[in-house]
Amino acid sequence: MSSTLQLFKQTFRRDLTLAFRRKSELVNPLIFFLIVASLFPIGVSPEPNFLSQLAPGLVWVAALLATLLSMETLFKSDYEDGSLEQLLLSPQPVFLVVLSKVLAHWLLSGLALTLVAPLLGVMLFLPSEGMPGLMLSLLLGTPTLSLIGAIGAALTVGLRRGGVLISLLVLPLYIPVLIFGSSAVQAAVTGLPLDGYLALLGAMLALALALAPIAAGAALRISVSG
Amino acid sequence: MASSWLPRWFYQLASPRWCYSITGKLIPWFAAIGGLLFVIGLVWGLAFAPSDYQQGNSFRIIYLHVPTAILAQSFYMLMAIAGAIGLIWKMKVADMVAKSVAPLGAALAVLALATGAIWGKPTWGSWWVWDARLTSMLVLLFLYLGVMALNSAIESETTAAKSTAVLALVGLVNIPIIKYSVEWWNTLHQPATFKITEKPAMPAEMWMPLLVMVIALYLVFGLAMMLRLRNEILTRERRAGWVKELLGS
Repeated sequence: MSSTLQLFKQTFRRDLTLAFRRKSELVNPLIFFLIVASLFPIGVSPEPNFLSQLAPGLVWVAALLATLLSMETLFKSDYEDGSLEQLLLSPQPVFLVVLSKVLAHWLLSGLALTLVAPLLGVMLFLPSEGMPGLMLSLLLGTPTLSLIGAIGAALTVGLRRGGVLISLLVLPLYIPVLIFGSSAVQAAVTGLPLDGYLALLGAMLALALALAPIAAGAALRISVSG
Repeated sequence: MASSWLPRWFYQLASPRWCYSITGKLIPWFAAIGGLLFVIGLVWGLAFAPSDYQQGNSFRIIYLHVPTAILAQSFYMLMAIAGAIGLIWKMKVADMVAKSVAPLGAALAVLALATGAIWGKPTWGSWWVWDARLTSMLVLLFLYLGVMALNSAIESETTAAKSTAVLALVGLVNIPIIKYSVEWWNTLHQPATFKITEKPAMPAEMWMPLLVMVIALYLVFGLAMMLRLRNEILTRERRAGWVKELLGS
């Protein structure tokens, strides 16, 4: 039992250390998040009233795409240098490895996006009443995105060009999170209670937390052995 | 044998050769009965069923729209279950079934969406509405396309089969979530004004041909699946003795 926990902690610490040694890669999803959000005023309309109506959906779509973009690297470097194979050979359950890697990844992508999101809200004239809803929905929603994305990353890790493919696999599965995430922000803006949406986002997180690491673990075994 | 509680034919199906011969025997039956029912259902539905008092004759596309939509969903189930059987029992034939079902399911989803659009134009006044049912069918099509893309991206046949099986199963868990979330999202934004496929509101003269069409399409697409499956069996087992003997080389 203790060695199982040890593996979880070690993988977690290792992933964080590796991520902090490549700081430029760390901020890339955040920059992408900002750029995507600034494309909409330029491409659609800079009109504040118009943008404030679109803002809940726009921030959520941008967060979703930024998470997706960062997913590809989740297992890639470990696969390439062989350490993923070593992790799979260990007697500990694979889903724990996946879980600790996703947790480390989420801290640096999903959580960071959540913290940057108010800035985008301001850029897109999101009414200030919507900010708590935005932060809370992203806080509950982005871990689900990372967990589902891990399945796609695990399935495509052995492929040379997995980039577009992973979005094809994962984006349809992101739709429920997008629906309830942006609805929560919309409800917050209009002053409606948002606990129902947050409860649903929490339920989806619980389900993803329980099932996605197992599916991703199975996918990793398939990808590595093939 | 550890798991001998399974019927014997289940193990026999695992043999590509046996599967090839049994589908060969089934194909004429599926073709004859499916073709007959298809013609009966289509003529009955298009020419003899009473026309709708509100939509007139334009509702008759239901006889293609509903069967394709039902089949698109059940083919996804079939694909996921076949994938699961392939993963659990390492059955080659199940992998081949999953692979040959995917493009047919995608085609059915496209047909359901296309007939829906053609139906939507006279009834709702536009080709496309972001209605809950339309949206969830579109997402189902995306899931099919994802499975097909993954299958064609992986070179090794066994790895491709296993990977797509995992993806199909993940999609299967997600389908109800997507369906209900889309339904909820839609009712939030607009009241459900488009509930035109209420079954109980339909008289028997209308739904009887529909039932015939559903059964006919199951048989016809079951036939198409078997043809694809046989092709797949021959391609993958091309080095086996019985295939060489069969093809006379």
